[in-house]
Amino acid sequence: MLTVSDLHKTYETGDEALGGVSMEVSGNEIVAIVGPSGAGKSTLIRCINRLTEPTAGEVWLDDTEITGLDTAELRKARRDMGMIFQEFNLVERLTVMENVLSGRLGYTSNWKALRRKFAGEDVQRAYEILDRVGLGGYDNSRADELSGGQRQRVGIARAVIQRPKILLVDEPTSSLDPETSRSVMELLTDIATDDDIPVLINIHEIDLAIDYADRIVGLSDGEIVFEGPPEALDEEGRDVIYRGGESRVGRAAPDETTDSLTTEKRE
Amino acid sequence: MSLEEQTSTEYGSWERPSAFYNKYIKWVIYGLIVVFVVWSMWDIRISFARFVAGIDAAVDLVQNMVPPELTPRKRELLVEGLVESINMSIVATVIGILISLPVGFLAAENLMPSSVYYASRGVISISRSFHELIVAIVAVKAVGFGPLAGVIALSFKTIGFFGKLLAEELEDIDSGQLDAIRAVGGSRFQVLLYGVLPQVLPRIVGLSIYRWDINIRHSTVVGIVGAGGIGVTLLNSFQKYDYDFSLTIILAIVAIVLVGEAVSAIVRRRVQ
Amino acid sequence: MAAESDDREWRRFSPTQRALRALGVGLAVAAFVVSWRALDINYEYAATAPRETYDLLSRMYPPDLGYVTEILPPLIETIHISILGTAFAVLISLPIAFLAAENTSPNRATYYLGKFIVSFTRSVNVIIWALIFVVLFGSGALAGVLAIAVRSIGFTAKLIAEGIEEIDHGQVEAIRATGASPFQVLMYAIAPQIKPAFVGVSTYRWDINVRASTIIGFVGAGGIGVALTTSINSFAWDNVLTILIAILGVVVFSEVFSAYMRRKVR
Repeated sequence: MLTVSDLHKTYETGDEALGGVSMEVSGNEIVAIVGPSGAGKSTLIRCINRLTEPTAGEVWLDDTEITGLDTAELRKARRDMGMIFQEFNLVERLTVMENVLSGRLGYTSNWKALRRKFAGEDVQRAYEILDRVGLGGYDNSRADELSGGQRQRVGIARAVIQRPKILLVDEPTSSLDPETSRSVMELLTDIATDDDIPVLINIHEIDLAIDYADRIVGLSDGEIVFEGPPEALDEEGRDVIYRGGESRVGRAAPDETTDSLTTEKRE
Repeated sequence: MSLEEQTSTEYGSWERPSAFYNKYIKWVIYGLIVVFVVWSMWDIRISFARFVAGIDAAVDLVQNMVPPELTPRKRELLVEGLVESINMSIVATVIGILISLPVGFLAAENLMPSSVYYASRGVISISRSFHELIVAIVAVKAVGFGPLAGVIALSFKTIGFFGKLLAEELEDIDSGQLDAIRAVGGSRFQVLLYGVLPQVLPRIVGLSIYRWDINIRHSTVVGIVGAGGIGVTLLNSFQKYDYDFSLTIILAIVAIVLVGEAVSAIVRRRVQ
Repeated sequence: MAAESDDREWRRFSPTQRALRALGVGLAVAAFVVSWRALDINYEYAATAPRETYDLLSRMYPPDLGYVTEILPPLIETIHISILGTAFAVLISLPIAFLAAENTSPNRATYYLGKFIVSFTRSVNVIIWALIFVVLFGSGALAGVLAIAVRSIGFTAKLIAEGIEEIDHGQVEAIRATGASPFQVLMYAIAPQIKPAFVGVSTYRWDINVRASTIIGFVGAGGIGVALTTSINSFAWDNVLTILIAILGVVVFSEVFSAYMRRKVR
């Protein structure tokens, strides 16, 4: 179970990205963080495994306080958190297999890693996971030969092979076309069920969030302004997340309403 | 297909595909490289003892070199040598470029018949293949010690550099502009003047200055084989074990080279 | 109006532009004339230069092919010097490149130290390094190897540092997020990204070093240059031509090989 309590992040430039965020993620639920760009969604995800160092607050994964670990301990803790990136962040010049196996680096000695000697069990699992994400037979292709959707699947495989206790997913679909986006989201939900781990997704396509998430967390200006099941995210909830609580229904003319509705759809 | 591949490779083992045909060939090639390097070291007789001896000598040398010496007499020698180097670089740049202009045009594939093209390319390749000091040492034997040999060597090297880049520049020009001049009835010379030159002139100026910068560097060392400039002074100081003056000269050369590089960078930026 | 358009003149450049261009050309001509006079070149020598050169060439031809067996060992030594020199340079320049790259240098001081090493080794010509190392290690190929190595450090470190500065930080982050150690991050995220730059720079520099190692023999630092000086000093011009042709062959080979390697590793 992931527990975040009163997390703050202020960048060196003085911008406050997170102003005290608290939340819990557990079981095998899919939690989608939605919000306008600049709301601090990425910062929140990145503060959990400390790719970005939070300024204050605590992050707990089960009985470990992530925010209190030194470098070596943090490295160990990161093995339990699989991360998936918006730009895939595969090592472009390595093969698909090397990219997937790099998820096991935390369990492999430097010397073995240098010679690409991974445990037989890891290699076997890598083959299985590649089949599972639909990339069987691509093991020896170079990552830069794959399409966007395929790359994201390699990215997912790299996170899954870690046997993580949670998946942290940062905008998994913004570099993909709508159809591929849906198949990636389906894959992520399947993993949550099959591996029985929670998935924390930060996503800006609200339709995808509603379709696939069990719970939605709305972030605005670094603070949680909405939390509840997708069904509860009505017009009012959207206003709160995207317009700082100003209801357009109350104050705007009807034609203007339809206008902003289409704008939102596009988003 | 994927299934077949996986059953043929043992499940649970994976080997990185090799850039070579297979891993045995890869190891043979790595082995050969190691053998070659060991052979090189043996051939050159690199040994730890020689290294240590060298380090001792280095301490001596540094003590001899520091502080760099600059008596009035030495300063005169230094300035004389530097001025001669710079003069050589200027003269050689001008002469070299004057010769390489026609060579460059003759070596442009799109403007010349292939026989002329190959002949000019041959000249350029020979000029590029030999190090400036080889050209200088031959020039010294041909015309005797002194700056003339240096000027000849630097001019010759300039031809290869400038001719090649000019030819490449000419090959990249927009042929539509040439057709336009031809279409209004321009003569060959007029095509050159109105269609070709405007397209390459800025590059010619930029390249000239760049080459001058390179020639300054080279003019400081051709003296080591007797072709004039500060290199002569440097070699003399080494032969007389006058190492503190050697250090002065080397520092002066570094300064001149850096200044030349900076000036050339600034001028090129302004021209283009 | 009509009168005005009648004497309307057209000029390619405005008066200031013309003045500047004239000034530029004038300066170049003046610099040339002043330099030429200052060089105090003996016109008799200059006048006889073409004849002397022709004389030299006629004495060179035909090349003495029997001499080939004698120059084979120094030729091989030349190649050894170029390879070892490049190998040492590349090994030493790797850590320096990490110092001289803005994104991997530990702090500003190390960054400037890296930059200083790069520009200092680059500004001193290989033949001057050879002079120094001959004083230190005596004449022979060892001095040559070190001269080539030291001279190349700046060049290779600079280009590798540029390769390091261009790496995609996302890939590094992704590997770090799996819990990899710093060494593993280096091997899995950084090394693959700089490999093309690394191979390209090493082979390109080797190509340059083959040329350089043909001349360091002039100051006694080994290689074919020693044989060339001996032949020239004993006026064995047919041998000189043989050596020049051999050098041409080696240089052309290295150029082709290095171009092939750079194409292959991408």
